Amino acid sequence: MSTPAIELEHLRLVLGGRAVLDDVSLAIGAREFVGVLGANGAGKTTLMRALLGLIPPAGGSVRVLGGPAQRGNPAIGYLPQTRSALPGVRLSGWHMVACALDGHRLGLALHGRQARIEIDRVLDLAGASELAGRPISELSGGERQRLLLAQALLGQPRLLLLDEPLISLDPRRQQDLIRQVKTLQTELGITVLFSAHELNPLLGALDRVLYLGQRHAALGTVQEVITGPVLSGLYGTPIEVVRAAGRIFITADGMDADGGAHQHDEEQQDHAHHHH
Amino acid sequence: MFAYEFMRNAYAAAGIVAVVAAMVGYFLVLRGQTFAGHALSHVGFSGATGAALIGLAPLQGMLAAALAGGVCIGLLGEKLAQRDVAIGIALSFSLGLGLLFLHFYTSHATQATALLFGNVLAVSAHTVRVLLGLGLACLAGLALISRPLLFASLQPELAQAKGVSPRLYASLFMAVAALATALSAQVVGVLLVFSLMVGPPAAAQRLTHRVGTGLALSVALALGSAWLGIALAYWTDWPCSFWITTLSCIAYLAAMMRRRSAP
Repeated sequence: MSTPAIELEHLRLVLGGRAVLDDVSLAIGAREFVGVLGANGAGKTTLMRALLGLIPPAGGSVRVLGGPAQRGNPAIGYLPQTRSALPGVRLSGWHMVACALDGHRLGLALHGRQARIEIDRVLDLAGASELAGRPISELSGGERQRLLLAQALLGQPRLLLLDEPLISLDPRRQQDLIRQVKTLQTELGITVLFSAHELNPLLGALDRVLYLGQRHAALGTVQEVITGPVLSGLYGTPIEVVRAAGRIFITADGMDADGGAHQHDEEQQDHAHHHH
Repeated sequence: MFAYEFMRNAYAAAGIVAVVAAMVGYFLVLRGQTFAGHALSHVGFSGATGAALIGLAPLQGMLAAALAGGVCIGLLGEKLAQRDVAIGIALSFSLGLGLLFLHFYTSHATQATALLFGNVLAVSAHTVRVLLGLGLACLAGLALISRPLLFASLQPELAQAKGVSPRLYASLFMAVAALATALSAQVVGVLLVFSLMVGPPAAAQRLTHRVGTGLALSVALALGSAWLGIALAYWTDWPCSFWITTLSCIAYLAAMMRRRSAP
């Protein structure tokens, strides 16, 4: 087997004095599509930020694509959860994607022929070509999401971190986006970490599930992880898993565990403005 | 009208300032920091009057105070809601402080009006050279940071992940903006810097969705407002700053109307 895309060893992550993950060890292989699940505050965003090198481990280690996690790693494409794109910005979608290309380099924001080709390539990959000429302020949530996906593909990354890309999308757009990411993942042969609130939309696309909760993590196939005993441990409360009509329902004492968990909005990056 | 040296100086000063204000203002409007830009000019006012009080050139005091204020605003960070209040308080305090300095410095009563509303017709050839030097420095600084600044302005979270510190670029940009504000105040005065730093770029951003075209349009509108304003002042004998602010306002309104009527 080739080098794993992600290796965590006894990882401990602390955010605002609170341990979000503690003693988590796991490995995610290259070309895997992994759904990252768990209640709000379980550490989905924190884990992604640690992989990006934005949060240093309080213990243990994070290795990404064979090296230690590092800020500005060009091999990682990232779609952030908080999208504080300025509401009044009237620049076109093309410029929104273009600003991320070599955005870390000093100098004028000019784009040569090669840069234009690269921008057009990712717009095409994300199915966002027709959005290139329209101003950001007039785009819907789903359209902005496609531009952000295009942006995450700049520079041919080998690992895609997509933080809650389904938020603010209706079910049909959710399926469109998942299908698109799945196609990209297989065609480009990249690893995808896709975090979501709900498991069901992702069932057809994912290879494995990474479920976070109570500072722990469980990684495995849906069959292995989405079980009463495993989830009870991660939620810290008795959980029942019901499978019906090709869907999976996770309940705690007859209540939808996912739904109840939404209220614990503990993660600091969580005050996102959701565009509808 | 170009037979007079003061008119040639006025045109040169207004030209330099219009280009700088339009470029810097473009990013100010893009980042939604126009209020901060307004506050900077007020901080500059207290600096200018303070400098006059201790016998220094007002421009030096204005530059020093605005730069310090700009870096402070940049370091304050991204919490927009709280920042509005903090900026508003700093703004009125600076103006009050400036008033106190003026109170002690009574020898030139006209100085206050010139600082507040500008007096481009009184610009000397020496000041034009100073403005040119500072203007070039300002544009060079902006050119250097423009790429990461645009990234950090449009996509702060992603920029951070890619190793671009939004706070660093916010501070650097506010320093550049402070310089531009101090320059603009030389032409239109402290209270009216909006006419050059916000009106033209805001109009330009309504008219185009492209960065390069927007910048060029912003410069063209600012230059047009400034130069035409001086000509109108020459013919009517009304204050320059009145005409410049009026033209800038008309340009913005026209841009809004054009957007509305466009399909």
